Amino acid sequence: MRYHRWFSPWVLVVPALAWLLVFNLWPSINTVILSFTNAKPIGGGTFVGLKNFEALLHDEQLRYALLNSVIYMIVCLPFLTIVPLALAVLVEKKLPGITFFRTAFYTPVVASAVVVALIWQWILDDRGLVNGMAEKLGVISGPLPFLSDQWLLLFSAISLTIWKGLGYYMIIYLAALGNVGRELHEAAAVDGASAFRRFTNITIPGVRGTMILIAILISVSALRVFSELFILSGGNGGPGGRDSSVVMLIQQYSQGFEGNLGYASALSIVLFFVTVVPMLALARLNRKAADA
Amino acid sequence: MSVVTNPARPVAVPDDPGTPVRKRKRGTFSFNSMSPAEKAVRYVLLVFVLLITIGPFLWQLSTSLKGSGEDIYTRIPRLLPSQPTLDHYGAVADTIPVWDYMRNSLQVAVLVVGGNIIGSSLAGFALSRLQFKGRKLVLGLFLATLVLPGEVTIISQYVTVREFGLANTLFGVALPGMIGALNVLLMYNAFRSLPIEVDQAAIVDGANVWQRFRYIALPSVRGTISVVAIFAFIGAWDDFLWPLIVLTDPEKYTLTVGLQYLSGTFTNNPRLIAAGTMIAFIPIVIVFATLQRFFFKGVEEGAVKG
Repeated sequence: MRYHRWFSPWVLVVPALAWLLVFNLWPSINTVILSFTNAKPIGGGTFVGLKNFEALLHDEQLRYALLNSVIYMIVCLPFLTIVPLALAVLVEKKLPGITFFRTAFYTPVVASAVVVALIWQWILDDRGLVNGMAEKLGVISGPLPFLSDQWLLLFSAISLTIWKGLGYYMIIYLAALGNVGRELHEAAAVDGASAFRRFTNITIPGVRGTMILIAILISVSALRVFSELFILSGGNGGPGGRDSSVVMLIQQYSQGFEGNLGYASALSIVLFFVTVVPMLALARLNRKAADA
Repeated sequence: MSVVTNPARPVAVPDDPGTPVRKRKRGTFSFNSMSPAEKAVRYVLLVFVLLITIGPFLWQLSTSLKGSGEDIYTRIPRLLPSQPTLDHYGAVADTIPVWDYMRNSLQVAVLVVGGNIIGSSLAGFALSRLQFKGRKLVLGLFLATLVLPGEVTIISQYVTVREFGLANTLFGVALPGMIGALNVLLMYNAFRSLPIEVDQAAIVDGANVWQRFRYIALPSVRGTISVVAIFAFIGAWDDFLWPLIVLTDPEKYTLTVGLQYLSGTFTNNPRLIAAGTMIAFIPIVIVFATLQRFFFKGVEEGAVKG
């Protein structure tokens, strides 16, 4: 038995559904359509067949971008799955002032990527904090080119992403830790298990599901990186544009007279497949582990 | 799977750990009390992490306050400015229209927050509390879009906004994010956890759909609404890629795009850029610091246990 007129639910759902159709579903379809055209940022565009996809194969910048993405993902994964868990364990216990610490650890997440990237740009400057201190300590004789060397720039951006992500994954782990049985810990402690043993044998298995979810989130966001690399490289993708990410290339082709929305759409499709692969792989891993 | 996993924001954080602290009356071992040594170690670690997470912000704040005559490149870093001044904050406004940018960011954020609160609570309510044909399908559509990274559709989203004649407008920046699929699902989850008996009682009393929504369901999910609001605000305020694509006219820039513009044009003075970043950073910190208790507590209603 229903207690409302047939159209009532639809009246409530229609705005959200309209947004979903106009700004999510239609653009997904339109991305595919656009990728077969040479549409320009100002408008127009005609069907060009597979030309954009052929161009993808010869795009040297894309090759660098994909390589960077893979490195980004491989470096971020271990750091961001483990360190935030340790942080969550650290802030889990109720101590005086713990709310302050939790909030403070979360601050880099709340700040805009543009803001934190500009801060890091200043810290990593040739005459900035890191180089200044390292020179003072005599570790290096001249400034390290954090922002102009291809690899140093990439790893600077990666460390920025890790630093900014710590608090975010910490909070997710904190929620998961609430579900890990306290009794297990107590029993293990009574049996004389060290804090480290309890961490590896109780905490980690207890949050295994969350860990896989977090691994998926890390991989996908590593592949989607934009602001950090864009700002640290001064918007041009570093020396020879070799520090671009796929999203940076998409943005680059979205504007100006050189812009080509058709090609940008083809790049978007590449991005889609690149992000879906680790997602499926990790979800499969999850299912396998759950079956075992 | 009935659980909504949450790719864009954190899930529930139980502020107090699951089981209440039991006082042990006898026995030599007490799990809950912490030895002074452990406490000390924990605080040392906490302060260490604090320096890493907050240090860069303090350094930037310090740089922004250092006088023009002060050497900011000294090898021994000085956190406290020797000639503290607010001049650079004024100088930013002379270089770029930073207050206009702030107003632009605020306009976008308000539209996005308002749209998400209204749109997602209405849809979330209907999907969780009302039976209708097609409900499962609609729900599935919302879930499916979570898999799609936003950057994949950003180009064709721009094309859509351009077709609406909204390219290079602030409304065009706000529009696509005004009802997020994730927020709909968050509200759906929050409403779903309310007991159905309350609805039945209201129906017996003759309450119509709107009354059940407005006077019964909505007041019970305030926590989740504040979480949706906080994150819609932060997301809109911090967003960079989308306004960068939509806006071409420097007068219409939002703060993030304006900051990038500032750093691209006037990199010679780090104090100025530092002041600019602080102008963008401080409001969001205030918003978050004042609302953090909702954030750490309020999610419990709707968001998800893993």
